[in-house]
Amino acid sequence: MADIKEILKDRILVLDGAMGTMIQRYKLTEEDFRKGWFEDHPSSLQGNNDLLVLTRPEIIREIHEAYLEAGADILETNTFSGTSIAQADYGLEKAVYDINFHGAKIAKEACEKYNELTPDKPRFVAGSIGPTNATLSISPDVNDPGYRAITFEKLTEAYKEQVKGLIEGGSDILLVETVFDTLNAKSALFAINEVQEELGTNLPVMVSGTITDASGRTLSGQTAEAFLISVQHADLLSIGLNCALGANALRPYLQVLKKKAPFFVSAHPNAGLPNEMGEYDETPEMMADQIKTFLDEGLVNIVGGCCGTTPDHIKAMVELVENQTQYKKVS
Amino acid sequence: MSIHPDYTGKYEFKWSDLPPMKLSGLEALVVTPDSNFINVGERTNVAGSRKFLRLINEGNFDEALSIARDQVEGGAQIIDINMDDGLINGKEAMVKFLNLIAAEPDIARVPVMIDSSKWEIIEAGLQCVQGKCVVNSISLKEGEEEFIRQAKKIKQYGAAVVVMAFDEEGQADTYEKRIQMCERSYRILVDQVKFPPQDIIFDPNVFPVATGMDEHRKNALDFFKATRWIRENLPGAHVSGGISNVSFSFRGNNSVREAMHSAFLYHAIKEGLDMGIVNPTMLEVYDDIPKDLLEHVEDVLLDRREDATERLLEFAETVTGSVKAKKVDLEWRKNNLQERITHSLVKGITDFIEQDVEEARLLVNKPIEVIEGHLMIGMNVVGDLFGSGKMFLPQVVKSARVMKKAVAHLLPYIEAEKEEGQTNGKVLLATVKGDVHDIGKNIVGVVLGCNNYEIIDLGVMVPADKILDEAKKQKVDIIGLSGLITPSLDEMVHVAQEMEKMDMNIPLLIGGATTSKVHTAVKIDQNYTKGQTVHVLDASRSVTVVGSLLSEDRDNFNAKIKEEYEKVRVNYAKKKDFKKFLSLEEARKNKYKIDWKQEDIAVPNFTGTKVFTDYSLQELRDYIDWTPFFYTWELKKKYPDILKDTKLGAEATQLFHDAQTMLNKIIEEKWLEARAVVGIWPANSVNDDDIEIETPDGKHTQFGMRQQLQKVASAKNECLADFVAPKESGFQDYVGGFVVTAGVGIEKKLAEFESDHDDYNAIMLKALADRLAEAFAERMHERVRQEFWGYEKEKLSNDDLIKEKYRGIRPAPGYPANPDHTEKTGLFKILNATELTGVTLTESLAMMPASSVSGWYFAHPESHYFGVGKIKMDQVESLAKRKGISTDEMKRWLTPNLEE
Repeated sequence: MADIKEILKDRILVLDGAMGTMIQRYKLTEEDFRKGWFEDHPSSLQGNNDLLVLTRPEIIREIHEAYLEAGADILETNTFSGTSIAQADYGLEKAVYDINFHGAKIAKEACEKYNELTPDKPRFVAGSIGPTNATLSISPDVNDPGYRAITFEKLTEAYKEQVKGLIEGGSDILLVETVFDTLNAKSALFAINEVQEELGTNLPVMVSGTITDASGRTLSGQTAEAFLISVQHADLLSIGLNCALGANALRPYLQVLKKKAPFFVSAHPNAGLPNEMGEYDETPEMMADQIKTFLDEGLVNIVGGCCGTTPDHIKAMVELVENQTQYKKVS
Repeated sequence: MSIHPDYTGKYEFKWSDLPPMKLSGLEALVVTPDSNFINVGERTNVAGSRKFLRLINEGNFDEALSIARDQVEGGAQIIDINMDDGLINGKEAMVKFLNLIAAEPDIARVPVMIDSSKWEIIEAGLQCVQGKCVVNSISLKEGEEEFIRQAKKIKQYGAAVVVMAFDEEGQADTYEKRIQMCERSYRILVDQVKFPPQDIIFDPNVFPVATGMDEHRKNALDFFKATRWIRENLPGAHVSGGISNVSFSFRGNNSVREAMHSAFLYHAIKEGLDMGIVNPTMLEVYDDIPKDLLEHVEDVLLDRREDATERLLEFAETVTGSVKAKKVDLEWRKNNLQERITHSLVKGITDFIEQDVEEARLLVNKPIEVIEGHLMIGMNVVGDLFGSGKMFLPQVVKSARVMKKAVAHLLPYIEAEKEEGQTNGKVLLATVKGDVHDIGKNIVGVVLGCNNYEIIDLGVMVPADKILDEAKKQKVDIIGLSGLITPSLDEMVHVAQEMEKMDMNIPLLIGGATTSKVHTAVKIDQNYTKGQTVHVLDASRSVTVVGSLLSEDRDNFNAKIKEEYEKVRVNYAKKKDFKKFLSLEEARKNKYKIDWKQEDIAVPNFTGTKVFTDYSLQELRDYIDWTPFFYTWELKKKYPDILKDTKLGAEATQLFHDAQTMLNKIIEEKWLEARAVVGIWPANSVNDDDIEIETPDGKHTQFGMRQQLQKVASAKNECLADFVAPKESGFQDYVGGFVVTAGVGIEKKLAEFESDHDDYNAIMLKALADRLAEAFAERMHERVRQEFWGYEKEKLSNDDLIKEKYRGIRPAPGYPANPDHTEKTGLFKILNATELTGVTLTESLAMMPASSVSGWYFAHPESHYFGVGKIKMDQVESLAKRKGISTDEMKRWLTPNLEE
């Protein structure tokens, strides 16, 4: 496998775009989420997108390939909610290893197919590790601020299970993303550290936080710099921001990360802010325009898309990055 | 000039090739050579503060937190937390206190120092802090193996570490031992554990001086020297210490202690001390220390004289100890009441809120007014600050807690005012599945609770089925859904759909940051037709909205909401750009699909047409829907409620009486004649949108219009032809048509009234003729269903007729389901309507007399009314082509529907 660190010194890599947005297009029904695996499961599974890597792998594969076709260098596995904590909502804690293993495997197969076509452009699989729906730093009960619904140890255990599946399924990178509570991310990093030691692997790790409101803070209240410092003990491939705000709003915080981080910097924003209907309506062109300012300022090494982005958005970014690279070569 | 003989001058940082130590709470703390000295707050330490120990023992964590807050306000850049006490469960207390701090942004902004001699407490603490903290401390006390194990863990958790000069033999109490143990520890950490050197902080033991014991004379001096050596020789490492230890012998004499602390720091910092655990209120400014006192103190610290200790002890007698007054900025307490309440809410201060709320309560008529007034004004400020990024979530949560406390104070007074055991209604609140945000929801709960509603709060992440189960079980009057993140919008739609499926009809409230009136109107309201959905902008509106929804006047309120939401939908549809329309081709693909079965197709008892003249008006009288009659007169309320309405009742009753009188005359004196023609023919849909009708005179095609606006996933792009079996289905289907009028002869009577300038009776007659025509259409439709087509077996009540609770529809050409007026011509032709009823079509295709109704009959059980809405030019062109007229002409007729 090519060394992604070396490649990143030379050029900007493009991460894929939204998975959920693409899955929506298939208008799936309850049966799609059960097929072959959970036929007799007692509760409803619709909307548990991670299950599709098991029940409708061909759809996930198709979406992965659409992004590769658009020119993405890094695919994110469809495992954002692949922890026993997140799956507990559906009573599917037992499916966690399978989700992650197969999630990574499908993405890997898609990458390998394209790698054969153009071996000079290696594609990577980033095992996606989401924040879960639990928070280690915030009490879910407004009247009892000292209460925590989960412990660090329990969350770390859950992350270990996910990480093991992702690594054994063939991930090339591990991506801790949409971090809204840094302590959750620290738990994930702790788990990654333990599993990598156990398995004797040394996959590069990306961390991507999310800034949720106009104060420029994470949900758990940290500034971008404090967030960076809090995860800096891990030897990261990159630190970055994704989701919540659109590309424009991310810029000042990316500047902080670029200036302060001893790592590569990534950004995979949403296609703008959701409108009143909760839809994302930034077009590929609009988004590419904003990403271009990141490139012009040299803020990022990895770009991609989060909620609302599609292969068209990624294609626009790929074109942008390619132009930029050519420009660099000429000048 | 250095205290250490090997070095000269003030210590200069020499490791700038290493990165600086970076720590974080909610904000970053970067320790650079320029930071000079980082002071660590010492008072949240059960070993160092008796008050803190007492508070923790009593479980008074609130006040314990205020000690932490005071320290940060007093300038502490890190706060040291220590729970090592025999009577305290140290691990539990550490976890609880750290978790509580996490919810206090003005404390949590600085990094913490987790201080314990027990590893299990340290590790429990490390699992509670999101920022990069400092562990205080580890040492070689229990050997290298344990030291390495702990250091590795700390590295894995991502913290900096304080290392005590302590080894298997004991604590370092000489200069040599200090540097030997520190160097050994450093080498293990850096070489074996690969601990980042800049994250190592040595504590070379601050011991008391002036104890009277000879071996303590060099305690301060050796510390200074060791500090210098460490900073010069161990790359990147920092030095810290617990400063107040040094003055232990002078407990009770704060003047001397303060002077000693300052002098100690002054010298230690010069030698390279860059952190220290201090009590900032126990520090004198070095330059302000009286010269004589300073001299005596420094003699001791620097071991400058044999008799230094005795001299200082003697001198200390002459210095009276005085504790510095605690400085807390309470300027804001001088502001007016509202400003104080707002300040408390914005800053999250609970200390004065009860007293202020009590003051407010005495000023108002009813305690609830404090919530709706004073507190809401404050919360709105919080909302604005949050919206503009000047506050962030943890601070807002604190504000909510202050709010809660204020409300708790008011609650007994509000309860006292309530009527015994009666509530205004039951409201179920929940944050929907997938979402954990509940501040807004909680506020709504509090506010409604204060207004005497019973609140059933299901909490956060509540799945739809649980919401609905509870709603049914508890027989609630209203359901309120909350959510902050965008996926919650879809979940709310889901809940609405489930409510529809379960035939619920209670009102549904929608609230939360991402929700909007537009989304509610466009996506939620339409999915829940049996009950009213209302978007509630903020908690303060919830009371009036809930009040209105449960009041006597709710129909009126609902009608207003419905009207408003319809406007919102229309505007929303208008705003949508062309991409949101489907091409006619795409729209046809998304047609309303009926699973055609023979048993759903009603075979009519006759085909062809039937004519009725001079139809019994007496019979039609019972079919009149009176509500629109009152609407004509601008009395907008439902019949018969309107007759008893307090405001409109008298006028409405008079009007109704006049109407009945005239109606009697109309019937008795045959002012009007009712005529009708109805037809039923074999038919099938063709080419998706059209209906081919087999009349005795040959084939006739009725051309349909199809919705083109792009719909939500499950909704269809409908056309009337969708309700008729397609030719290729092989089923023979049928459609009907009708023209009715109740206006024959009306001109004569109208002319009479008009010549008398009797507008009242002229309008009355027209209104009644219109009502009779509608009644006739309704009656005719009923007879068609029951006799001529004959598929309806039971008789429906008039009320059910008005509510259209029957199978089949009778849409009119030119109306929403098919806005194309030109289709009237064809309908009139196949019915031979003008000849048989005398109703003619004007040039603009209006019917004469005006009191006439025409339309088509569809009988399939799934047929229903809908509006075509806006269409695109491609459909206009298609229609023109199908009908064989010019595009221009077609466009002229359809302009109101055309989206360009």
